[in-house]
Amino acid sequence: MKKEKVDVLVVGGGAGGIAGAISASRYGAKTLLIEREDRVGGVLNQCIHNGFGVLVYGEELTGPEFLFKLLEESKGDFEVRSGETVLRILKDEKVVITVSKRGITCYEVGALVVATGARERPFSTLMIPGPRVSGIYTAGVVQKMVNIYNRLPGKKAMVLGSGDIGLIMARRLKLEGVDVLGVIEIKDEVGGSLRNFVQCLRDFEIPLLTKHTISKVHGNGRIKGVTVVEVDENFKPIDGSGKFFEIDTLVVSVGLIPQNQILEGLVEFDPINGGPVVDDLQRTNIEWIFSAGNSIAIHDLVDFVYEEGVVAGRNAARLALGERLPRRKLKLVRGKNIGVMVPNYLTGDENRVKMYMRVRKTMEGGELRVQGGRVRKYNFKVRPGQMLDVVLDVGRLSFPTGERIESCEVEFHEDRASR
Amino acid sequence: MKLRIAVIGAGIVGSLISRELSKYDLELHLIEKNPDVGWGTTKANSAIIHAGYDDPPGTMRARFCVLGNELYGELSRELDFDFRRIGSHVVAFTEEEMEILEDLMDRGMKNGVQNLRILDREELLSMEPNLNPSVKASLWAPSAGITEPWEVAISAVENAMENGLNLHLNERVLEISVERGKVRRVKTNKGEYDVDIVINCAGVHADDIAKMAGAEPFDILPRKGEYILLDEDAHVVNSIIFPTPTKKSKGILILPTIDGGTLLGPTAEDLPKSKKDDLETTKDGIERIKRACLKLVPSLNFSRVLKTFAGMRAETKKMDFIIGKTKVWGFINVAGMRSPGLTAAPAIAKYVVEKIIQEDLGVGLERKKNFKPFRKRIPHIENYGLEEWEEVVKKDPRFGKMVCFCNKVSEGEIVEAIKRGARTLDGVKFRTKAGFGKCQGGFCTLRILEIMSRELGIPIEEIKLNNDEASMMNGKVRE
Repeated sequence: MKKEKVDVLVVGGGAGGIAGAISASRYGAKTLLIEREDRVGGVLNQCIHNGFGVLVYGEELTGPEFLFKLLEESKGDFEVRSGETVLRILKDEKVVITVSKRGITCYEVGALVVATGARERPFSTLMIPGPRVSGIYTAGVVQKMVNIYNRLPGKKAMVLGSGDIGLIMARRLKLEGVDVLGVIEIKDEVGGSLRNFVQCLRDFEIPLLTKHTISKVHGNGRIKGVTVVEVDENFKPIDGSGKFFEIDTLVVSVGLIPQNQILEGLVEFDPINGGPVVDDLQRTNIEWIFSAGNSIAIHDLVDFVYEEGVVAGRNAARLALGERLPRRKLKLVRGKNIGVMVPNYLTGDENRVKMYMRVRKTMEGGELRVQGGRVRKYNFKVRPGQMLDVVLDVGRLSFPTGERIESCEVEFHEDRASR
Repeated sequence: MKLRIAVIGAGIVGSLISRELSKYDLELHLIEKNPDVGWGTTKANSAIIHAGYDDPPGTMRARFCVLGNELYGELSRELDFDFRRIGSHVVAFTEEEMEILEDLMDRGMKNGVQNLRILDREELLSMEPNLNPSVKASLWAPSAGITEPWEVAISAVENAMENGLNLHLNERVLEISVERGKVRRVKTNKGEYDVDIVINCAGVHADDIAKMAGAEPFDILPRKGEYILLDEDAHVVNSIIFPTPTKKSKGILILPTIDGGTLLGPTAEDLPKSKKDDLETTKDGIERIKRACLKLVPSLNFSRVLKTFAGMRAETKKMDFIIGKTKVWGFINVAGMRSPGLTAAPAIAKYVVEKIIQEDLGVGLERKKNFKPFRKRIPHIENYGLEEWEEVVKKDPRFGKMVCFCNKVSEGEIVEAIKRGARTLDGVKFRTKAGFGKCQGGFCTLRILEIMSRELGIPIEEIKLNNDEASMMNGKVRE
């Protein structure tokens, strides 16, 4: 077993991890990034559509272009090892054990940044009746199949779920000559962004079937069709509404789930975010473990992931280089209408803290309040499908004195007048 | 000339009979219509090694269940498959059900089941704290266990092949010829085999095979069972939890799977003979499982669902196994292998070889001197210490490259599974458990296909999920 020492170990070579490694090494820490796949980049490699980097680079890039820029930025600052997978994290020893073709490696680390991204919710978890057949793929798998492996999944497809990847893959398949019969959405509105709805569905005349779901899969060996039903407001199928669609491919885009297997049982989790609880330093409840990006909560933009990665990397480096980091002082608690929310704690260390959150239900407008004070007013429709990012002026909040941690409510106050 | 035996059907029963026969000096064929072994009933059942108190004394089910259970320990060591005696509870909620527990205990003792005990509510809840607190008692059977049925079949066939078995996959038996009352030849879609003995282990299709041979007719009544599988975070129960059984079935139960998940089911739906291959899950079935399991464990969390699936069991009118010689000399039935078929299979294998072939048919078999009893499983990191795995990786670095991240399956394991006969994605999955984790193949499916394409030297789009119709891709995006 090889033993190595690094100041900051970054796990995950996607946007968050690379940003974290750049920022840690710039701060002066000896930084190593490990990636379990053969190459870094994560999902950026397969996202050949544009829309990446508006906040970070001020221009609209494709995924691979964004990755290229990131790698240019990072050139030579830190070491990258791909094909390496984390096996264990020893909390008390500050040790991370990995496996790769080089064997088992034991890293003694000053700090760890976990940026392991997300996974897709599998179709099988939906318990939709029918036989077990081929031809059902999550949208990310189809994206990789088409864009990386240069293979088509089939000839006639439907998409279940109107999240962003589902919309993008509906367009992608249509562009490559696949007959895309429609996108099925159980809710009464599109799940992904309105921009994607317009650019991926409307512009390509792909129907969106809201308030519909699949009640049965048909096929023998390969999928041959689906029965699509209309649902009522409780998502229950309406009798007699079933309609058969003949397809050979079902693309499933029914949600992303933060992927953080390596932190399970180790750090405190936020059940609503689906990832580790973090403070404004991107630090978990274990002081040497930091986390950023989709492994904490699902973000809409790679730019958000990048921003969190920068914060996580910088603070991991501070700790690894011997700095004493401030403790948590304010606990941000979800008030009215707040769903996903990052971070969970404030230390007061930074004056301006970027917060990311989602509302629980669609609202015409309103204002975001923290500790009772207005942070931002929204004069437009806000939807759960769209992540809100705000900069919190921490100086305006009141912090407790002494060792106490105080609660601080975050709420989205619906403004009925703006309707 | 060597005695020639053909076993039809490579499920758990056919596989273990083949392995038992491979101890003897003969020409042995195992014929399977599917592209792999263990893909019928073996692939989708409760995976329980039953203690043996369910069936009435005197039945073959009772007899071979208890005998088979005893054999599993040694068999799992020889064939290196997972098997754990975690024990089973039959739980009672009412006075009447408690009486049935007493009957079952009585029956179990008559059947020769060891260490049965009726537990009171307190003891039961201390062992199974998640159970419905309104339980009254349970029948505790410590000898009950769990295994991975298809692994048993795969390991048995691998070992039998090392000892000379000829495995014929993708071969459907079309005709069985009989001459002068003796079985003579088996014709398949691929070839013909001259035989002296045919052993019918064709599962839900065993009645059709018996008919081909002109043996005494019987009917296999297909009974579908649906299941829900929860992921490894569910941690519902520590042992197998049965409700009090009814005449028809052991009921819908909850048990841990061998790799840490939780299995709920099965339903028991009798289907017409024409629907033997209907493995569809249904809305009704899933709802029924949910209801029944919530009664056993009210806190059950269905957000942990990983998948649902269905299996087909072979029931018979006489409610017992059909095992024995027939009026066609040399044609042997091992049919109607519903529960406890998995448990009974090792004992049945011995019975077929030692009693039916050697005594009933009077055919002397000669033991091989060089029989190799041991088979080793594919190396997997979770079965090794870190230092030991370091050595494995040193010998073959591909074992250091993870492909399935959820279950930590390495490229080396995928390659080894292909070497051992996997030709489909399912073949790899069932041998390595790659793709069986929380992401259900989201990250590894394409990587596995890529490795298969490279190792087998075929284009990636030609690899199937399982059968020929189950294609995975449709050609290139562009040349």
